[in-house]
Parts: sequence; structure tokens; C-alpha cells
Amino acid sequence: MANAAIELKNITKTFGNVVANRDVCLSVNHGEILSILGENGSGKTTLMNMISGIYFPDSGQIFIEGKEVVIRSPKDAFDHKIGMIHQHFKLVDVFSATENIILGLKGKEKFKIKEAAKKVEEISHKYGFDIDPMKKIHEMSVSEKQTVEIIKVLYRGADILILDEPTAVLTPQETQKLFAVLRRMRDDGKSIIIITHKLHEVLSLSDRVSVLRKGEYIGTVTTADTNESELTEMMVGKKISLNIHRSEPKNCEDRLCVENINCISREGVGLLNSVSFTAKSGEILGIAGIAGSGQRELLEAIAGLQHIDSGKIIYNNPKTGTHDNLRDKTPLQIRELGVRLSFVPEDRLGMGLVGNMGITDNMMLRSYRKGRSMFLERKGPHDLAEKIISELEVVTPGSETPVRRLSGGNVQKVLVGREIAAAPTVLMAAYPVRGLDINSSYTIYNLLNQQKERGVAVIFVGEDLDVLLELCDRILVIGSGCVTGIVDARTATKEEIGLLMTKGKGEEK
Amino acid sequence: MQSTKQKKALSFHIVKRDPLPWYKGLAIRAAAIVLALVVAGVIITLLTDKNPLAVYASMLDGAFGMDIRIWSLLQDIAILLCISLAVTPAFKMKFWNCGAEGQVLMGGLATVTVMMFLGDKLPLPLLLVIMIAASILASIIWAVLPAICKAYWNTNETLFTLMMNYVAIQLVSYFLKTFVKTGSGVLSPMPQFGLPVLFGHQYLLNIIIVAVLTVVVYIYLKYTKQGYEIAVVGESENTANYIGINVKKVVIRTLIVSGALCGIAGLLLVGGTNHTINTETAGGRGFTAIMVSWLAKFNPIFMVFTSFLIVFLQKGSQQVSTDFRLPQAISDIVTGIILFFIIGCEFFLNYKIVVSKNGKENA
Repeated sequence: MANAAIELKNITKTFGNVVANRDVCLSVNHGEILSILGENGSGKTTLMNMISGIYFPDSGQIFIEGKEVVIRSPKDAFDHKIGMIHQHFKLVDVFSATENIILGLKGKEKFKIKEAAKKVEEISHKYGFDIDPMKKIHEMSVSEKQTVEIIKVLYRGADILILDEPTAVLTPQETQKLFAVLRRMRDDGKSIIIITHKLHEVLSLSDRVSVLRKGEYIGTVTTADTNESELTEMMVGKKISLNIHRSEPKNCEDRLCVENINCISREGVGLLNSVSFTAKSGEILGIAGIAGSGQRELLEAIAGLQHIDSGKIIYNNPKTGTHDNLRDKTPLQIRELGVRLSFVPEDRLGMGLVGNMGITDNMMLRSYRKGRSMFLERKGPHDLAEKIISELEVVTPGSETPVRRLSGGNVQKVLVGREIAAAPTVLMAAYPVRGLDINSSYTIYNLLNQQKERGVAVIFVGEDLDVLLELCDRILVIGSGCVTGIVDARTATKEEIGLLMTKGKGEEK
Repeated sequence: MQSTKQKKALSFHIVKRDPLPWYKGLAIRAAAIVLALVVAGVIITLLTDKNPLAVYASMLDGAFGMDIRIWSLLQDIAILLCISLAVTPAFKMKFWNCGAEGQVLMGGLATVTVMMFLGDKLPLPLLLVIMIAASILASIIWAVLPAICKAYWNTNETLFTLMMNYVAIQLVSYFLKTFVKTGSGVLSPMPQFGLPVLFGHQYLLNIIIVAVLTVVVYIYLKYTKQGYEIAVVGESENTANYIGINVKKVVIRTLIVSGALCGIAGLLLVGGTNHTINTETAGGRGFTAIMVSWLAKFNPIFMVFTSFLIVFLQKGSQQVSTDFRLPQAISDIVTGIILFFIIGCEFFLNYKIVVSKNGKENA
């Protein structure tokens, strides 16, 4: 039997009391694409970091071409022809593609940029990349930057490529393009490991799938012999249904009307360009777009955290019947107007919560101003904390444990729980399920649905188009700060949205 | 074909610990102090062939040996603690106020000015009121200027507050040059205009005031809305903006509190203790206070212990120098070793070292 390109035997790694990987065994052959599937926190990235020399395993062996090796640093990994493409790109913005690719290489090679550029072009041509070797990184789109990262490891002669969640930042079309390239590399005899938690990608791309759950190695199956529900069961450990219940919107009224808002950053870059839409009560409005297309700015503009250069944000108060313009108001002023606006920001521990404080103190963020006394009232927030812990099944040693010690899913339950407890009329949630396991994600979807049924206008910024299409009533697509379309989620297709996502860009240039 | 680098075994690595129960934390700290004393003892023996036990006895004597030494120890603790309390609200907000030295001096300068020019013109009670108001106001001005610039123009508060120290020192020199007519340039003390002396103990009032302030600051930081806002701004300005805290206002307000406490320290130093001023009146306490506050993890109650530790080491080592005719440097070494171990043990409170048996050789 031929040796596997790379084989791991009984790899274990612990961080303190946390077991990141326990007795993981897997192998990749030449000319094969292996998916590593697992929920967030299941130890996928840790495992790959051990192969690429960033961490060192506590125990276990790594074999390359049948020979045991010790990988202590990224350089060792390169010497064994292992190349990793990280989730967060490690490129110098002001350098060109070629300069970034040869950066850090030893020897004379690095000074011969023209020759290097030629080699880059050869590699691009061979695998079907689409790249200009002299283009500067800061002029590139996310997918181009990713291409540079991939060429960088190929340039160094990598035969084993590890990609950490490569599709997280790509549109459906770009994903298809990447997959085509990866298939071509596989046919060329390269071994490819791709880390992901998206099931349909696993099924369409890989030859075999290895599943991790909470650091444990569950097993490897051949993709052709498996299906989505079997993989989910392996991943989660029990059967769960993957359907989101979507009710028909009831009693829709225009709750929040955003009219032609423009935001320009301090550097003079347009963040939002005449964005207009209406969020209605009793419906979920999804916002889709490539990461960084202005989603954050849009929500922050509504919440009073982002300066608006022109336009109006009108809130129709259901209690008083008044129409208030929220523009140029601070979050406190918005609150004082009686606008019950809840906001689950993208950065949970950096913005929505205070990581070093317990759940009780985090509940107080919204309510501590109540009353005239100069002293804090802790009883109410404490009761709310206990209520959220029991109702949303937050796993925590107690309501005083700093929230940063909780897992991602529990942190999000605390934040969403607090925002919902304020009985909002508008609920904005930015990537509320990012980093959450499947069970917690569905808890969050259910909470959003409950709010919708209670007549709240829900605005949901999501990244997984499948979820957006299942959960929302309407989907607003944003591209480079422009609204490129608002579609009916019941009839729209993924491709349609994917096209709209890239539309804003073309118009700008 | 294996490179030599791969043969080196990775024999240990560092792992973050779960929080320890309080008694284990205490045990580690106690062990650190014992270890520090042993190491310092060895070094004393090696360098001076004095008996380290005798040296330690002399340290204790220096701090507690006589009634007057105990009073002076308590007085020094009170002043250092007061300045530490002053920097703490700012530090909790992650506003690195390195200007306590200057703020205290300004408080002292205001006090001395009032004593000098109004001392014989006003009745004592009124004089005291003006003294208190002037010292607090002067320190607030010194603290709030960097805060305003930080809040509105995002200037670097560390540099700004540091520079303000030098301005304060120069102002004191200028004051002395201008108003002291004697050749020595030393302003003679004016105890007749000082703070009242309680029960015949000169330092008692200072100690009582600081004890009360300790409790007040503890409650302010832990149980009031303003204290909560300080904590939120310190942990994350983004969160503060998100929930509608006016960060500028909190920064300025907190530095007013910080400055006011420095003003009280200046008042106690000049009005209650020295009754005069020179450029060394603050004596570096503005910087030592930063250490006291950090070591106590910004908890005012713990600061009582950390300021005691620092002052005890200072007093003790002075005594050692006198008793054994050793150069001051030796006692500084001992102080340094003890502090090194106490601060160093924080590492072991947060991390543990795991020796891995996996570092096996590659044939």
C-alpha cells in the first residue's frame, strides 16, 4: 500500500483543563481532498495548527510519506512541504502580490521580482487562478487576497495544503471558482485539507470527511457514501432537525424607515451610499452581503453609533404614534425618546458585553441608570441574570462568573437574552450565530422567530445564505455600501442573491 | 536527514491556570515572601558576612521598634495609601495617570500659599476651609487638563501627566526662590497654621482621614453608578458607547475625583505633616502609588496591605543601613529581591508550567 501523504496518529493537545484534541487519527492521500468537519470549538483549527507548526502536540505522532516527523515551527512545516492558508490573511497591504509571495524567502531569489512574477503567473496558469502579480494587496478583493495566500504556499513548493474556513468570506460564485481550482490541484496530485462547518460544501468538494466533536475524533467517511443528516449526527452527537419554522408575517406596519442615508468615513471613503429600506413590525428583514460591505455601519448608524452625513432614519412609535428622526442622536437620546431599539452587535465581548464582568453586571449595562439613587441596584439585574440562565439554558458556574470564560454560544445567549428582555420594538442582530454550534444557532433562530411573532421588527445580518433564505421574510442585499436589491426570501435563490452581492462593486468602479 | 534542531526536546510549556481558591493564592504569596527572605539572606551573607537574621531583626526594629517609629510608619502608609487611592479610579478606567506626583505637589503648593499669605490674617477655622478648597482645586486643575485633552483630542495621557509633574516641580522651585528670602532657600515650617492635632498625636488626623477615604473609595468604585461607569469605560470604550455612556464626561469626571484625592494627599503632607514645601515633598510617592495600586489589583482594601508592605520595606532597609553601616545599596537590593518575588509570584498564580514527557528524540 502506498504511503499516505500525511498521517496523524493519536494526536492529543490540551490547553489547561480544556482538551482541544484527544487521540485524533487521520490521513490524507496524494490527489485527495479531505474535509475536516466539526462545530466551532471542536478542535479543527488546533489540529491544523499542529500540522503547520504553530502548536506542538502533547502526544501523538505525525508521519509524512510514511516517515515520522517532528514539526516545531512553520519553517519545519514548509520543509515538509506543508502550507497553511489561514482564515485571517497574513499579507502586507502596500506590497504587490509577488512581493508578498516572495517575502521571507531566503537566498537570492527574493531580489528577482520579475522572475518571481513569471513563476507566479505560471502557477496561476497551471491551476486556473486569476491574478495580476503586480497588483497591490490593498487594491484587491477578499477573494484575490486569498488567491495570493494560496499561490504563496504553492510557490514554496507545498504539496499538502491546509485551508482554514476558506469560504467564510466568499460569495457563492467565488466559492465555486475556488472549488474548481482546488479540484485541479487535487488532479495534479496535491493533498488538500479543508476545514469547514458547512455541510453542502463538504459534500460537493471533498473525497473523504473526517469529523471532530468537542476535540474527539469521531470518524472518517467517504463523501460518496454519506449524506447531510448522517454528517450532522456525527458532528452534533444526536439527531436534530435542520428546519427553521417560518410563520407568515402578521400585522405588518412600517416601524423603521431608513431614507437615503450616506456615511463617509474619516478617510473620506463612502461607507454607506444612499441606503433606503423599511423594516416592518412582525417580520424578519435579512441583510446579506460580503463581509465588510457596510452591514456594521448600517446597524451602528441606526443605533446612533455611526455619524450619518445625510439622510433620515424615521422611527414610527407604535405607542405614541409619533415619527421620530433618529439621525444625529446618541444611543442615550434614542432611548430617552422611548424608542425600544435592541441591538446585538457583531463584536459580542468587545461591544455588546463586558468580558470581565459577570452576567449580573452585564445585565446592568442596560438598566443601571434606573432610579435617582447614586448607588447601583443589583437585585433586579441579578434576577434577570438568573432568569436568562435558566430559560436559555446558559451553561455557567454562576451569575458572577466573568462572561469571557463562557463558550461562544453561551455568551451569545446572555447578550440576546438581555436585548430581548428590554421588550424591543426593533431588534437588530449582526451575525448572531457566528461561531455558535448547531444547537445554539437554532436556539437563536427560535428566539428571533418568537420576537417576530410578538410583532417586533427584526433585522438580521447573516452570512449563511441558506439560513437567510429559510429564516427571513425579505432579504436586503448590500454591496459596497449600496443596497443592490431587496428580494422576497420565499422565492429568491442563492445565485440571485450572490449576483446582487457583487453588483455594488462594479458600479462604483 | 533530520536536522539537529528537531532533536532538541521541548521539555516544558506554560499553561494558563483556572482561578485558584483564595487560600491557595495566599499560600503561593506567602511562599514567595519566604523564598524572597531566604534568597535575600544568602545574598546578604555572601556580600557582607552579616547574619541575615540580625539584618531582618533590624528591619523589624526600623519599622516597629519604638512608638515614634510605629507612628511614622502609619503616617507614611497613610500618605502613600491616599495617593494610591487617588490614582486608582483613573487606572480602573485605563487612564494611565502618571501625574500623581505633580498633582500632590500642586495641592501642597496651594496649601502652603494659603498658610503663608492668609495664615495670620484669618481665623484658623476659616483658614482651614480655604486651605482645603485651594489644595483640592489646584490638584483637580492639574489632573483634569490631561483628561480634557484626552477626551476631546485623544492625546496620550501618560506623556501629558508625566510632563505636568515637571511643570509642578518647577512651579514649586519658582515659588521658593521668589518668596523665601533666607539664604538657604528652605521655607521654615509654619505648624501654627497646620491642621489640628488630635489627642496629642501629630499624625492621627491624617491616618483617620485616609482610613475613611479608603472605605469611601471602595464603596464608590464598587457600589455606585459612577463606579460602574468607570469599570465599563475601562473594560471597553466600545461597550460604553454602545450603551450610551458619555465617555468624555466619565473620563473628565473621574480625573476630577482622582485629582481631588491627590489634593487631599498634598494637604495632609503639607498642612498636616511638614508644614512647609520643597520640590521633594511628594518624594516619588506619586510613582510608588502606581505600584501599590497595581499590586492590589485596584482594590482599595488590598491597598492597605500593599502600601504597608512598601513602606515597611523602606523603613526597614533604612534601619539596616544605619545599624550595620552598610551602604544604602544593600538594603535596596533586599527590597528589590522581596518585591521581585512578590510580583513574580503573580505569574504562578495565573499560569502553571507543564513538563511534557513527549519531547522525545527523533532517530
